[in-house]
Amino acid sequence: MTFLSLAPVFPELLLAIGALVLLLVGAFGGDRSASGITDFSVAMLAGVAVIAGASSFAVSDTLTAFGGGYLADSLAGVFKILVLLSASVALLMARGWMQQAGSFRPEYPVLVMLSVLGMMVMLSAGNLLVLYIGLELQSLVLYVLAAFRRDNSRSSEAALKYFVLGGLASGFLLYGISLVYGATGSIAFSDVPVSGHVPLTGMAFILAALLFKISAVPFHMWAPDVYEGAPTPVTAFFSVAPKLAAFGLLLRLLYGPFAGLMAEWQDILMVVSAATMLVGSLAAIGQTNIKRLMAYSSVGHVGFALMGMASGTETGLTAVILYLVFYIVMSLGAFSVILLMQRDGEALENISDLSGVARVHPGLAAAMAMLMFSMAGIPPLVGFFTKLSIFMAVLNSGLVWLAIVGAVASVIGAFYYLRIIKVMYFDEPEGGFDLPLDPSLAMTAVATSVLTLAGVGLLGNLVSVAHYALHVLPLAP
Amino acid sequence: MTDGWPLLSLLVLVPLFGALLILLQRGDEERVGEASRGSAFLLTLITFILSLAAFFRFDPTLKAGHFQLVENIPLFPAIGLSYHLGVDGISMALILLTTLLMPIAILASSHVEKRVREYMVSFLLLESVMIGTFCALDTFLFYVFFEAGLIPMFLIIGIWGGPRRVYASFKFFLYTLLGSVLMLLALIVLYLKAGTTDMEVLLSGGKLIMGIDMQKWLWLAFLASFAVKLPMWPVHTWLPDAHVEAPTAGSIILAGILLKMGGYGFMRFSLPLLPDASAYFVPMMWGLAVIAIVYTSLVALVQEDMKKLIAYSSVAHMGFVTLGLFAFNMYGLQAAMFQMISHGVVSGALFLCVGVLYDRMHTRSIAAYGGVTNVMPKFAVLFMVMTLASVGLPGTSGFVGEFLGLVSTFMASRNPPFPECAATFGWSQTVAFIATTGVVLGAAYMLWLYRRVMYGEVGNAEVAGLKDVTLHELVALVVLAAVVIWLGIYANTVIEFLAPSLERLYGQMTMQPICRIAPMRLP
Repeated sequence: MTFLSLAPVFPELLLAIGALVLLLVGAFGGDRSASGITDFSVAMLAGVAVIAGASSFAVSDTLTAFGGGYLADSLAGVFKILVLLSASVALLMARGWMQQAGSFRPEYPVLVMLSVLGMMVMLSAGNLLVLYIGLELQSLVLYVLAAFRRDNSRSSEAALKYFVLGGLASGFLLYGISLVYGATGSIAFSDVPVSGHVPLTGMAFILAALLFKISAVPFHMWAPDVYEGAPTPVTAFFSVAPKLAAFGLLLRLLYGPFAGLMAEWQDILMVVSAATMLVGSLAAIGQTNIKRLMAYSSVGHVGFALMGMASGTETGLTAVILYLVFYIVMSLGAFSVILLMQRDGEALENISDLSGVARVHPGLAAAMAMLMFSMAGIPPLVGFFTKLSIFMAVLNSGLVWLAIVGAVASVIGAFYYLRIIKVMYFDEPEGGFDLPLDPSLAMTAVATSVLTLAGVGLLGNLVSVAHYALHVLPLAP
Repeated sequence: MTDGWPLLSLLVLVPLFGALLILLQRGDEERVGEASRGSAFLLTLITFILSLAAFFRFDPTLKAGHFQLVENIPLFPAIGLSYHLGVDGISMALILLTTLLMPIAILASSHVEKRVREYMVSFLLLESVMIGTFCALDTFLFYVFFEAGLIPMFLIIGIWGGPRRVYASFKFFLYTLLGSVLMLLALIVLYLKAGTTDMEVLLSGGKLIMGIDMQKWLWLAFLASFAVKLPMWPVHTWLPDAHVEAPTAGSIILAGILLKMGGYGFMRFSLPLLPDASAYFVPMMWGLAVIAIVYTSLVALVQEDMKKLIAYSSVAHMGFVTLGLFAFNMYGLQAAMFQMISHGVVSGALFLCVGVLYDRMHTRSIAAYGGVTNVMPKFAVLFMVMTLASVGLPGTSGFVGEFLGLVSTFMASRNPPFPECAATFGWSQTVAFIATTGVVLGAAYMLWLYRRVMYGEVGNAEVAGLKDVTLHELVALVVLAAVVIWLGIYANTVIEFLAPSLERLYGQMTMQPICRIAPMRLP
């Protein structure tokens, strides 16, 4: 094996070496080095995003390494950029909050980097074992991250729940892989154009594990508890990067090796997406904790994205990518506002704590309101256009009933987004948040809310990026 | 056609940029409030003048009734969305109504003291999207404007509304949203079938080739949105709540303009694009319209809250719009348009009158008043004009709309659009007969309201201390009264102005069906 043959893995290697070096620096430097290490890892993540992006767009052919076990193609490239960028923003948002909570330690950025490494391996997986390795690397780090405030019982509880359920999902995944291997005699994606009963069962198990990762109904139960218990910056990270990675992997699996079973998984996805949208919007109504609310909100959004996935056309998948990109923007924005909810050094988590924020911090409230209207899918904000493109793809595939379920779910969903706006604008103020607001958070809030308006102008470009990402998959237009 | 100034874009953008400018003001809250009040009034006046400019540039004599002042810029080709504006007579009239009512709504807001700047910003944003709705010629752009209006109205009701404002604002938002998302699905299907979102193409290319079943489903999806917006019985229940809780200016705009979006939607989508389905559903629409007219009139009769009474009367008056639209003759379309314009002015003025009383007494309960005529003579005259217009007295605009609506329904049986519908349309005289009782009931509740509030002995010490209308209120009411009487006497100006556009619409509605439809019976 020559050095050059490792070229497709170069971004991952860089990230792995960087993470290990920073871990050493942290081990010797102690908590004092946390700030520097955070800066460095944000720069590292962004830098790797640039490298991965540049190499992916420069070479549109698929590069492989490790005998086809590792693929560096446009699909992986585009999703890697999104994962890396969202992770770096989420990391940037963590500092102020973590310092306030007294858990700002050098391990945090290193762990984030390692989990991102796992996601990159997932996205580039070319056979079922690499897939498993990537997924496990990611998951194990995520369990640790959920427990990052080890002195906090809720954080530990969340991590334990996540770990037990996640372990079960990994079991499903391995079982599914073994069934597929047993039926086809190969683990390489390229050798597994499967059909038949045994591979179908295997695919169902693999699908269940991945649906667990994206918290689709009926595998969503962990999400509210983990979102609520985990430290808020970790929750922000959970809501973006792992979802992207799992969606990228789903795309590759369903339209690659499992394309032969399309009729079967389409049925599964239709039912799952309808249930996910409905549960996400109905269960969110009764929540009082804003992190739990965001958990259900993300469940609802996942349902929408799955609906596009079920359409089975290039239009549908393009819509999924658009939807995910702006879901991430809006989610990061909403969490930046939630992270800013601190009064007298105390982090606040109840929706009612936002009471009358519009009077005290009008800019912050306006940013949050735009993000919420956008999440609810009200024009002229970008959330509407991404929902529109999903609906369009779904109707184009003739799935009228699914589109109607989606429409109803989005109206129910609008209710709880409106409730946040109501609390901010209609209720009497209870007091402001700590000033000065963390500049990186305030900037994220402003930038994301501006994107909900300006993003409409970027949709055209994103469509071509999505087409580029999808050109490696065999798709109907 | 795009020579000269892009007037329609200006109409949309002037209030929008005005709102942004007001938002950028900094300084002492009270002074910023006063400044934004003044600048908002000025901006709405400028918009009104711009709309007059558009009106004079618009050529109503163009026989085909095609769209004019067209602007077209592609925005998002992947889904066919483009920034495409243009007006025909129907939209021009509704735009003028919008720009006329806006300055009056701002004048009626002098009592607002809380967060004045945000209030004015919301109203300007609302004006921008309302004008956009009436001149959008791209189906998705239409939806964007149609729906975007929910945000400012939600805030207006929720922040500056009465005690149950939160309930009312949520009800308003969610009812309308549910209707609209179904319409969105219909618009997507329309796009997928026709391959274009360009309404000029859709409306000029004859009928879309689609089966009657598809037409019916699309028609029902459109109905979900427009019926809520208009509002039609039984999905009207958000309206009384929204009106009661909204601030005066909010009610004026809600009744005056937002309700018209429903009627406008029928005229732009359901009737011309899906004529077979429209004809098929005539019995249902007549039934709903008659129920709306009679039932909500009866409900209005027993209201104890002035605003609620007028809100219910709006539902009844909109019933005449529905009747006219589905009479399938020229009189009917004229009636619908005329009634929409007239109701916009009259109900706006009536809500303004209630606002005048409410500002002074802080109650809308009818029982708290009595003998107001003795202390507010000028107000009494203007309120009387508006009451009579609402009743439909000849000489006021209300008469023309209701009369035409009833005539069109009476005559519908003579000239059914398709031979298959003859049996259904034979019922039209019965329908018109029942609807006419609504006129009587209308007179009953409005005059009774006037008697209880205005006549009799001075009810109590508070009423005795009332001051007559201020200059602002007087100007607003006199302008509206002048419009009401002018429309009532020279109704022909409006009807002639609208004629080419309505004839075009009528032609589209009565084109011979491509797919034959089964004979229809009343359900």
